Amino acid sequence: MNRVVSILLVGLAGALVLSVALGSVPLPLDRVLAALAFQSSQGDELVVWQIRLPRALAAAFVGAALGMSGAALQGLLRNPLAEPGILGVSATAALFATFVLYFGLATAGPLVLPLAAVAGALIATLLVALAAIRTRSVVTLILIGVGLSSFSAAIMALLMNLAPNPFSLADMVNWMLGTVDNRSFDDLIFALPFMAIGVVVLLASRRGLSALALGDEAAEGMGLDLRRQRLAVIIGAGLATGAAVALAGAIGFVGIVAPHLVRPFLRYDPARLLVPSAMLGALILMLADIGVRVLPTDSELKLGVVASLLGAPVFIWIAARRRLA
Amino acid sequence: MSILQASGLSYAVDGKPLVVDAGFSLEPGELTALIGPNGSGKTTLLRLALGLLQAEAGSASIDGEPVARLSPVERARKIAYLPQARPLVWPQPVRDVVSLGRFAYGAALGRLSAGDEAAVSHAIGACQLDGFEERAADTLSGGELARVHLARALAAETPLVIADEPVAALDPRYQHQTMRLFASMAQGGHGVLTVVHDLDLALRYANRVLWMHEGRIVADGTPEDTFTSERLRRVFGIQAEISRNGASFRLDILGPA
Repeated sequence: MNRVVSILLVGLAGALVLSVALGSVPLPLDRVLAALAFQSSQGDELVVWQIRLPRALAAAFVGAALGMSGAALQGLLRNPLAEPGILGVSATAALFATFVLYFGLATAGPLVLPLAAVAGALIATLLVALAAIRTRSVVTLILIGVGLSSFSAAIMALLMNLAPNPFSLADMVNWMLGTVDNRSFDDLIFALPFMAIGVVVLLASRRGLSALALGDEAAEGMGLDLRRQRLAVIIGAGLATGAAVALAGAIGFVGIVAPHLVRPFLRYDPARLLVPSAMLGALILMLADIGVRVLPTDSELKLGVVASLLGAPVFIWIAARRRLA
Repeated sequence: MSILQASGLSYAVDGKPLVVDAGFSLEPGELTALIGPNGSGKTTLLRLALGLLQAEAGSASIDGEPVARLSPVERARKIAYLPQARPLVWPQPVRDVVSLGRFAYGAALGRLSAGDEAAVSHAIGACQLDGFEERAADTLSGGELARVHLARALAAETPLVIADEPVAALDPRYQHQTMRLFASMAQGGHGVLTVVHDLDLALRYANRVLWMHEGRIVADGTPEDTFTSERLRRVFGIQAEISRNGASFRLDILGPA
């Protein structure tokens, strides 16, 4: 197995242990372990099984989906700055989810919310990819993403402006800022299938991303079915990102930071990048979520806020240092 | 038998014809140069012949099979195509870029078969990139990069190579070396079609020259038969003299006509 993958595996295991061990209720490690084995008090088991574990797993899955979607979109659009957050995919997915919440449609069934988020993500990915293929300009692409993000944010602001009561307002703020607080195994179960399909589609089409490193024209000449490749990445990234948003709201920059950090260790190959990017994305969000929980702030920081605080400077750094194309 | 046979190819954008009724065939053992002024439709013609662009009229077939019916992978195993624009985005090592030439054979980076490895090493040697294998693409000069792309195309080991201005960024030494490489490939039974802007190179190395002007193929034949002062003036708008000295030809370009 690859060295990077091994190191990330160890990191993930450590982060999972920390996530379960740390929290607002102090719980010694032996009681945590006992609770994990159902050998403890009901209170301890509740904390570990109903609160900490689903929350840690939600952070991990969301980070993995965003990390892999970012890596795949960057490979397809040949741009290290492409990412679900930057391209407006997360914001659009969050908007669709908020819409469903606002009009009370989410009570119709547990699948309504993930479906809405996935639909929003797919539409946004399709729009951005169409624009990217038409213009072939990196700058235009980012600007279209910024425009899409702003437009989604504007409609979101409009909905908040018209919010009937403070509770729905608080709900919408959560979607916008992104958090894995209060996630249950049920939430996971309804989001994971979409995420899994997205990940499988991305992994199945990853070899084509290597070919795209030489440009559309050369890749086509080399035997790549360009239409199928684009469609696979759009669908895969749309499903994975949509499911991530359904689970945690809009969390930005993970999809940019994770691939960027592992890329040099994988010889800059866009195909081999997918799995380590997913793993590092998961690790980053799990660690950020632990930070959010143990930081002694009056009201808990939102995960998406922390991700942006850490990720936005990295985005600027990558943009300022680009050399090729 | 021809490897590639194109006939009556036509293509227009917004009513402006880019390629009009163009036909040609490529034979194994021949180095064919496609020449013509800027905007004469050379690149479009190549893309039509490869099936990368849907022709409005006419057809192209590879080994007797219409390109429209070939899958991208089947086509890529018969023709290696080196496009004019070669944007590289990631600072990948040279060996990895060349290895992408094995894409049509199912190769993935980091998992090359022994056959893939051999083809890649051979292409790296042929393009004199030994010692550059682990260099990052963004540290290479324009000429080195052009050779990397050429090596990528050669690594596919196809019966036919189609290159769009492969020598544009190269210094004279590598221009001649590249043309020699093409000539020796042709002697070895490959078919090679290359777009060149340096008429001297076409005259010196090509067995056959396709002349393109305003979307049409206006001449097709050996350099000896097709290089005339009159044609150079008409197609390229230049005043030039051709002189024969024994077996070799000399082209003197005096200036714009």
